[in-house]
Amino acid sequence: MSPRNTTLRKVVNPPQIKGFKPYGAENSKLNSEPVILLLEEYEALRLCDYDHCNQLEASVLMGVSRPTFTRVYASALRKIAKAFVEARVISIKGGRVYFDSDWFHCRSCGCFFNNPDKEQTIANCPLCCSDEISGYDYACG
Amino acid sequence: MKIAIASKGNSLDSLLDMNFGRCECFIIYDTENKEVEVLSNPNKDALEAAGTTSVQLMAARSVSKIVAGEFGMKIKPLLDSLRIQMIVFNKPETSVRKLISMLNH
Repeated sequence: MSPRNTTLRKVVNPPQIKGFKPYGAENSKLNSEPVILLLEEYEALRLCDYDHCNQLEASVLMGVSRPTFTRVYASALRKIAKAFVEARVISIKGGRVYFDSDWFHCRSCGCFFNNPDKEQTIANCPLCCSDEISGYDYACG
Repeated sequence: MKIAIASKGNSLDSLLDMNFGRCECFIIYDTENKEVEVLSNPNKDALEAAGTTSVQLMAARSVSKIVAGEFGMKIKPLLDSLRIQMIVFNKPETSVRKLISMLNH
């Protein structure tokens, strides 16, 4: 029997960078194999230790169960420790994730739309180009 | 930029389909050369995974926006990770021609 598929984990803020590199290694040659930190592990670390959420709150934000969150978080810590001790490059990529996006409502044509690209802010409705748009929380609406 | 519109028929006078995954046709409008491509939906009678297969079809044609009446729950996270914008337009009586003229603003 094949194992159950992992559920998609929600990532609100993807990292600004692709990874980390150690410097000043004694024997001047770095351990070549990088540690791959998955995006969901980065997000778990960010929610817990940067945003100071507790694990239950963080698990709700990522759309996974609390035990799953703990496993993801523990794996993140283990990978970072491994990279620190063994002077390895950390590469942040991959994982079963999706990027949550913000939703907007246009009061002029009545449509709803999302903003899939976080780096760009939306000022106009993509359909009718009106600027009468407002944020919309589709979880509540 | 390519914009896909979920349509109930294969002409510009067809109405907007309220369902993305199982709509009759996709009408793909290219904003740069104003060309329209009509694509009949192979998944409209699929028993399952109609939405996700339709998303694959759209991603293969490098569509960057999709207009439909509603998107299924499985599709939203998928389109988010593919960075495709969803436009939910809840007026079933709108024709595709009207939508294209709105998109041209």
